[in-house]
Amino acid sequence: MDYSINQMLSFEFMQRALIVGIPVALCAALLGVSLILKRYSMIGDGLSHVGFGALALAAALNLAPLQVSIPIVIISAFFLLRISRNSKINGDGAIAIVSSSALAIGIVVTSITGGLNTDLYSYLFGSILALSSKDVVLSLVLCSIVLFIYVFFYNKIFSVTFDENFSLATGTNAKAYNMVIALLTALTVVLGMQIMGTLLISSLIIFPGLTAMRVFKSYKSVVISAAIQSVFCVVTGLILSFYLQTATGATIVCVNLVCFIIFSIVGFIKER
Amino acid sequence: MAILKCSDVTMSYESVNVFEHLSFKLERGDYLCILGENGSGKSTLIKGLLGLLKTSAGKIEYSDGLVKSEIGYLPQQSPVQRDFPASVYEVVLSGTLNRKSLSPFYSKREKKKADDNLERLSIKHLKNSCYRDLSGGQQQRVLLARALCATKSLLLLDEPVTGLDPVVSAEFYELINNINKKDNITIIMVSHDVKQSIECATHILHLENKTCFFGTVDDYKKSSISNQFINIR
Repeated sequence: MDYSINQMLSFEFMQRALIVGIPVALCAALLGVSLILKRYSMIGDGLSHVGFGALALAAALNLAPLQVSIPIVIISAFFLLRISRNSKINGDGAIAIVSSSALAIGIVVTSITGGLNTDLYSYLFGSILALSSKDVVLSLVLCSIVLFIYVFFYNKIFSVTFDENFSLATGTNAKAYNMVIALLTALTVVLGMQIMGTLLISSLIIFPGLTAMRVFKSYKSVVISAAIQSVFCVVTGLILSFYLQTATGATIVCVNLVCFIIFSIVGFIKER
Repeated sequence: MAILKCSDVTMSYESVNVFEHLSFKLERGDYLCILGENGSGKSTLIKGLLGLLKTSAGKIEYSDGLVKSEIGYLPQQSPVQRDFPASVYEVVLSGTLNRKSLSPFYSKREKKKADDNLERLSIKHLKNSCYRDLSGGQQQRVLLARALCATKSLLLLDEPVTGLDPVVSAEFYELINNINKKDNITIIMVSHDVKQSIECATHILHLENKTCFFGTVDDYKKSSISNQFINIR
């Protein structure tokens, strides 16, 4: 396609995708760093499957998708966090059970109510065409809340992530901050699913943090680098997918992968 | 006046009592070493003292104006910490968090406190290094600096020298000794090292087979429990 950048930006769906994509990328990268370090990487994946189940339900009942899925995913986030620490099933197993069950329920519900429609298809693989202006506003509001809370509790989130027992022992309410992390993750996952799709949203959360950790060595530099690089990958991915006419979510993940490889090489050279 | 008082404390792990009817008290400035075989409940007791685990009977009381946000704690290292990207300064600063109000950023006073503690443990030159790239001994010093940021009266240490070589361990004990003597900070330390404990501590708590010994170092040397324990080693 030979559209100029200006022409590309004049498409309303591209504007919406960028307006939603950039703040979601920021949120995902910031939370991702904590989730990776707390060994919760798979929670994002589990939550996205729960999100899909919730969307299928919403579609079957003819309800607004985001308004239904947000509370369900938040509740599951708390639930996952709880069972992944104090139960007889270990964390990995618990997440696998929850995520595959949610996906299965979603698929059963859809097949009863008439098969996969375009909405659900786009939630599975992500679509920037499905964003309504209402979604855009809601996403912006929620992203600002996530960013604000993250910045406000930044130091405490660091402390709880680095050493939960120390925080608890010295009188910081570590459990409350874990809840905060779970809540923010749930919101980010639901918002990110719109563009990335259920199957790929967890990579938006995990990739930037892991990539940044190849090269950077302090928490702050990892967080900042992850945020910048996540936004860069989402914007590049969106533009590339427009010109190459490829699936948006998948293109973004591929750009992330390229970044990861480059950072790994740089990190390897730096270490030597 | 006692800073810490345990009265008739029983703690259990998965409904099996680890130790029973433990009573002791510590004054400000005391140095207590907790000895005992693996599984005798040393770490459980530390967790109880910190409020991380509940006691199944009895009471643990802090007094003399000590509140929970004034306790410093040096945990056993967890595998998570070992590969965490964090600078030394970030780790040490996080020790000041417990006494912070809601303000999201560190104030000058907290930064100064972190700097002072880095200086005190002679790791100031490592301030901007990456925590995971340090040697085991240096990492322990960083965690000790963090614990010192969190306390001005009581420091709990859970086997702080595990995995360190003898020279580094000796240096580390010396640091703790200084903190106890010079700054009058009460120390409670879980240790495997009987010889060192007898040298530095003022009091010994020995946990074994649900019975416990508590007393001064001199009393401990005369007791039968210590003879068995020292002879085995």
